[in-house]
Amino acid sequence: MLSYVIRRLLLMIVTLFGVSVAIFLLLRIVPGNIADILFDSAGLIDPAEKQKIVVDLGLDKPLPLQYAQWIAGLFRGDLGYSYVSEKPVIDEILPRIPITARLAGIALLFAVCTGVPLGVISAVRQNTWLDYGLRILSLSGLSMPAFWLGLLILMAFVHFFGTIPIYEREPATYWAWIQMLVIPAAAVGFRSSALIMRLTRSSMLEVLRQDYVRTARAKGLSEGAVTFDHALRNAVLPVITTIGVETAFLMGGLIVTETVFNIPGVARFLVEAIRWRDYPMVQNLVMFIALVVVTVNLLVDLTYMFVDPRIRYGG
Amino acid sequence: MTLGFLARLMLACLLISCAGLAGAQAQKQGGMLRVTHRDNPPSASIHEEATISTDMPFMAVFNNLVVFDPDSPQNRLDRIVPDLATSWKYSDDDRTLTFQLRDGVKWHDGKPFTSADVKCTWDIVTGKVDGKMRKNPRKTWWFNIKEITTNGPLEVAFHLNDPQPSLLVMLAGGFSPVYPCHVPAAQMRIHPIGTGPFKFIEFRQNESIRLERNPDYWKPGRPYLDGIEYSIIANRSTAILALVAGKFDLTLTGEVTPELVKDVKAQVPQMQCLLQPSNTQGNLLVNRERPPFDDARIRRAMGLAIDRKAFSDILSRGVYNVGGAMLAPPEGLWGWTPEFMATVPGYSADVEKSREEGRRIMAELGYGPDKMLPLKVSTRNIADYRDAAVILIDHLKTVYIQAELEPLDSAVWYARLARKDYAVGMNVQGTGIDDPDVMFFENYLCGSERNYTAYCNPELEKLFHQQSMMKDQDARRQLVWEIDRKLQEDGARPVVYQSQGGTCWWPHVKGLKLAVNSIYNHWRFEDVWLDR
Repeated sequence: MLSYVIRRLLLMIVTLFGVSVAIFLLLRIVPGNIADILFDSAGLIDPAEKQKIVVDLGLDKPLPLQYAQWIAGLFRGDLGYSYVSEKPVIDEILPRIPITARLAGIALLFAVCTGVPLGVISAVRQNTWLDYGLRILSLSGLSMPAFWLGLLILMAFVHFFGTIPIYEREPATYWAWIQMLVIPAAAVGFRSSALIMRLTRSSMLEVLRQDYVRTARAKGLSEGAVTFDHALRNAVLPVITTIGVETAFLMGGLIVTETVFNIPGVARFLVEAIRWRDYPMVQNLVMFIALVVVTVNLLVDLTYMFVDPRIRYGG
Repeated sequence: MTLGFLARLMLACLLISCAGLAGAQAQKQGGMLRVTHRDNPPSASIHEEATISTDMPFMAVFNNLVVFDPDSPQNRLDRIVPDLATSWKYSDDDRTLTFQLRDGVKWHDGKPFTSADVKCTWDIVTGKVDGKMRKNPRKTWWFNIKEITTNGPLEVAFHLNDPQPSLLVMLAGGFSPVYPCHVPAAQMRIHPIGTGPFKFIEFRQNESIRLERNPDYWKPGRPYLDGIEYSIIANRSTAILALVAGKFDLTLTGEVTPELVKDVKAQVPQMQCLLQPSNTQGNLLVNRERPPFDDARIRRAMGLAIDRKAFSDILSRGVYNVGGAMLAPPEGLWGWTPEFMATVPGYSADVEKSREEGRRIMAELGYGPDKMLPLKVSTRNIADYRDAAVILIDHLKTVYIQAELEPLDSAVWYARLARKDYAVGMNVQGTGIDDPDVMFFENYLCGSERNYTAYCNPELEKLFHQQSMMKDQDARRQLVWEIDRKLQEDGARPVVYQSQGGTCWWPHVKGLKLAVNSIYNHWRFEDVWLDR
């Protein structure tokens, strides 16, 4: 078991190294840099002045040196300065992390708490009106883009309640605070919820036809014990894998949801930073997101050990 | 068309007058004005930026030497009033402009304002002194300033190479605040210090900008508001919904499209909305250094293919203005009258006749329905640019040009413009002030940085200088029309449309006075108050 954990940890380090190289190179391969944008957006095209800013920002140094300086800074906890705001990157990122983390956490919780039970119900009540209804719901979740759903929700709130659940730094009431968190989370988590629901359903249907389930029923166990203790425990493995993958997808959904609900989180900030080619900001934000995704996947791998004894003993 | 123009101007003046009348009521002190903002300003330093995203939120932090009279709906030379300067006078030869400055004014950090700050500001923006600014986008505005001298702490003189009445107009614009000498440029970008009615408190990237009442403001009893908070809302739909829901009092200026103005008014009939020229124009860029576009005949044919009314109808349901380089009347001071415009090639109401002429030119050059000229129309990949480029491609087909759209990321678009690495482009460009000096010297001067098409006509340049020196503004207007006609005839940068944008605010916002010919100059907010 220990060697399984060590292997996973080593893999995580290699993955993060690969991600760091990829981010660094990709950002510099993309046409246009911050000097282009800063100068040309203001209508300036004097090459000498542009070169001055290139030198000021250290963009004229060799790429390996720039990479080494960045990684060394990461180990020292020095993420550098934003080219745009001219403030330390850490000061820009830190206040935004809790906002996005809270939103992503609630969205994931929403996805799991609705997706798994509804998937089980859909499987157990296969080919009933309830099953058809839930399947339509899950298909809608997969088909609707998060930004469109978000806008529909906002329009409905303005039309029916005369208010709008967008982000406020200091919400007036506790109810406003709940709205501000839960509604965007539901909008972004709906897709993941639909995916988990469909996966749980198909996985459960497969397991429910297995011999050991028939045996459990033949032993006289209650339908609840058969469904949850025997079937769901075996059906949930692919669902756990999906939760890991969905964490990465959730970041994509968060970008649009943070934009539509005007939430000043990490995801929206990342898009702005990319638009401005703010290298220190983008590099560190993407590394942070990569760290989160890799960590979640590590946790998923570790969860396997507890859910599936074959991994524990085989490791 | 004239009646439509007049109706729009009357409506605008009515709205502005209503807002002005509100000033006659008993003003209430206090309250936070909540304003929507569309994007993250590149920095807080007005002198280093060329966008309303910086100008509108930070103008209230500063003062100018002079300002456009806020009670005048048109920004114009004869409606300029004192700000940090109490009076001004030209020398007999009109080559020296001397300002007497206000005594007892303090910067927000408590230091006194003096003539040295004025000299220092314009020494930097003219490029005489390295002020460590990252950018200096309006350096060309100040081409005529030879030297700035001070005479004691309360007198400053601008010495000019030639007489230039428009200098005062440029000094009155929102892009010309006086900066403090003792604050470095790097700090002005993130924490600006001014003498204005509001102090800078906080600028959270992609989130908000907060200003607070300056209790030591030199104008007694002003401002009325406790503060102003701009919330950066990248999604326009969200911003409009939040305005309708009452989360905000005012929108960023020009951000409400003509269609959205209708929608907002339908949802909230009491909402005040003003459509005004956004000081931006869509123009066709043709790289005259790249064959076959080095042939003036092809450029002319392209210009003849454009149906300007169709652009206005499709992009704005007929709200956008049609005109030359200068903003069209009645809002604009220097644009052609409709009668004059009808005499300019390519502006005739008979578009089919113009296109017939275009086809004849192209046929002479060997092109026809079976042999179309292939080209790419490059543009910035955002809706305002892309939509116009698609219409342009359709129009070019009428003169045997088969164009393909090349949408470019903003960074790439600007870089390509700078390198002149394009053949044909659809561009949308803003101009800070409705004044010929700003327009001609910035965009059409040989070798000017923003002269993207490398147009160069030394004879016309003489006329640029001639109009700049003219004191008689009516005579100057006639000359400006002729210069504008020549620019369009030469296909220097054919102007396709002049945009309009809306600004909306709730009726409880009082004392807000906007101009019809500029979106950049009325954001001091010192007379604005909230009646709620």
